[in-house]
Amino acid sequence: MKVEFDYTRSLGSVLSQFMSALKQHSILGGVLADGRVVVPPPEYDPVTHAAVTELVPVSDFGVVQSWSWVAEPVAQQPLEKPFAFAQILLDGADAPLLHAVAVDSPADISTGMRVRVRWAEQPTGTIRDIAWFEPAGDAVTEGSASMEFGAPEVTGMTSPVRLAYDYAASPEETKFFRGLAEGKIYGQRCPKCEKVYVPPRGACPVDGVPTTDEVELPDRGTLTTYCVVNVPFQGQTIPIPYVSAYVLLDGADIAFLHLILDIDAADVRMGMRVEAVWKPREEWTTSLDNIKYFRPTGEPDADFDTYKHHL
Amino acid sequence: MRDVAVVGFAQRQMKELDGSPTCLEILVPILADLYEQTGWTKSDIDFWCSGSSDYLAGRSFSFVSAVDAIGTLPPVMESHVEMDAAWAMYEAWVKIQTGEVDTAVVYGFGKSSAGILRRILALQLDPYTAQPLWPDTVSLAGIQAREGLEKGLWDEAAMASVVARSMSDAASNEWAIRRGATSVEDVLAQPLYADPLRRWDCAPVSDGAAAIVIAAGDKALQARQRPAWITGFEHRIEPIALNARSLVESSSTAAAGTAAGTAGVDLAELHAPFSHQELILRSSLGLADDVRVNPSGGALTANPMFSAGLNRIGEAARAIWAGDSDKALAHATSGPVLQQNLVCTMEGR
Repeated sequence: MKVEFDYTRSLGSVLSQFMSALKQHSILGGVLADGRVVVPPPEYDPVTHAAVTELVPVSDFGVVQSWSWVAEPVAQQPLEKPFAFAQILLDGADAPLLHAVAVDSPADISTGMRVRVRWAEQPTGTIRDIAWFEPAGDAVTEGSASMEFGAPEVTGMTSPVRLAYDYAASPEETKFFRGLAEGKIYGQRCPKCEKVYVPPRGACPVDGVPTTDEVELPDRGTLTTYCVVNVPFQGQTIPIPYVSAYVLLDGADIAFLHLILDIDAADVRMGMRVEAVWKPREEWTTSLDNIKYFRPTGEPDADFDTYKHHL
Repeated sequence: MRDVAVVGFAQRQMKELDGSPTCLEILVPILADLYEQTGWTKSDIDFWCSGSSDYLAGRSFSFVSAVDAIGTLPPVMESHVEMDAAWAMYEAWVKIQTGEVDTAVVYGFGKSSAGILRRILALQLDPYTAQPLWPDTVSLAGIQAREGLEKGLWDEAAMASVVARSMSDAASNEWAIRRGATSVEDVLAQPLYADPLRRWDCAPVSDGAAAIVIAAGDKALQARQRPAWITGFEHRIEPIALNARSLVESSSTAAAGTAAGTAGVDLAELHAPFSHQELILRSSLGLADDVRVNPSGGALTANPMFSAGLNRIGEAARAIWAGDSDKALAHATSGPVLQQNLVCTMEGR
């Protein structure tokens, strides 16, 4: 399962200037009340808590203060091959910057080693404009690129976050999803209150005990409550108006949400008897999508008393 | 202040939980254990508080599903923190101090193995200048360890002796993931992984859950003959910027320890997910040499996210119940490289 989101963040005055400078290949440090220059510049002095207002350029050369070898890099780190993360004290700064150092092996890096910035090819106005650091050898800094102070160019940034999970289904969910692939619907009964839950949930939310008894349920039931969707939204695949409804399968104690079609939205009503319309068998997977929608059975409506406790 | 004690503790941890990230499968038997230990039922518990994270579960509001393990009809009074459950216990302790409730169950859970833990934890860093580089937990700990090594604050042998003692002590802990008699030489013979760290210097990625029962005054005595009475409970936090604090000492642990009071402590359960961090914690707390540290094996032998800190409190309380300790200290950490620290001291009477 993949979870992805591009966080967009606005920047305050300090970070706007810092990121704008990075885009121009210059690094700014913040001057604290005690005169120390800190990179990245904090927005507030950690001791006096006063806003940091003075920013000064520091060198793009520096010294490794401490480091750790990254033998197995993870996604989105600065380098895909093994590298070092290091605390780097830039010339002109009094506190270290955390960043990557590109070397081939742990033998090629040591505390005290001089390193220099390798700038990213495409400036983005983020900390990633410093692609990584590399050994400086005998090179000396040419000084920061000249930069224009003024209204900062960069006032926001985007942080793409991509996470991957191996999502294991619980034993009850496994049974449920495997059942769907066979066209069957399985729920579970609480041994204490005897309520039947579908989809099954592992523990009875009333009694807090494992739901152990398996129950096969029919694919028909009663519509308990519903709403008519009249509002168009991005990605909508069904023409409006259509009906989303809670369907209480016969024998179950929990209704679940599904789509109601094959009926004019205006004719849908509470208590209406409905049945599942399955996709063609060859398209079945371990998913609730195997049921395309529910449609009216034509049976007389269920009596209110039969579902009033399930609303 | 009301007298509050730990009267119940149950834990489950494993390398890989064969189950969902809600951890319901292990929370249900853990709560059943607690009812058996205390002789209480759900209706005896006034307040419930949990610690977990949606980033670990990869789904939103994951703690809401875990509430099924309690059984919440009729409704219960419940709260949640996105921190180790040791902080959930702090909330529950404060709740009892208000006089509004007398008993609470605190639980923590997480399935770290569902994603790449050391990468996911980069999301707790400063989102502007640190997180976009995805500095993983192991790398940050490596930087911290090397600084101490090169400044002469500790050496490889000291780190290895923490590992050897932890794994040897964990031999008798049925819930430890990495355990067995181990010597300093065995540790030093292991190759470096994240130079300067060996794999054994880093806690194993662990799934698990744990829960604790706390109760006030007579209620506590009702549940257990020799409850672990809480004598100090404090937590402190340091700046998020990694260059705004010293990584080789823990001023927040020192401050929490001083406030909680460490005098007379004979046993300490310290939540150190990396070997050198135990050395930092011991010196920050100023523990005497004869204080037994992590007789359970500690977090180096099993570190289930969001319950490993609570486990330290539970293990320390168990030592008091058994009469193995008269005054014990438990510590929990949260955030990157010991950013936030909590100290709870308990005594038997």
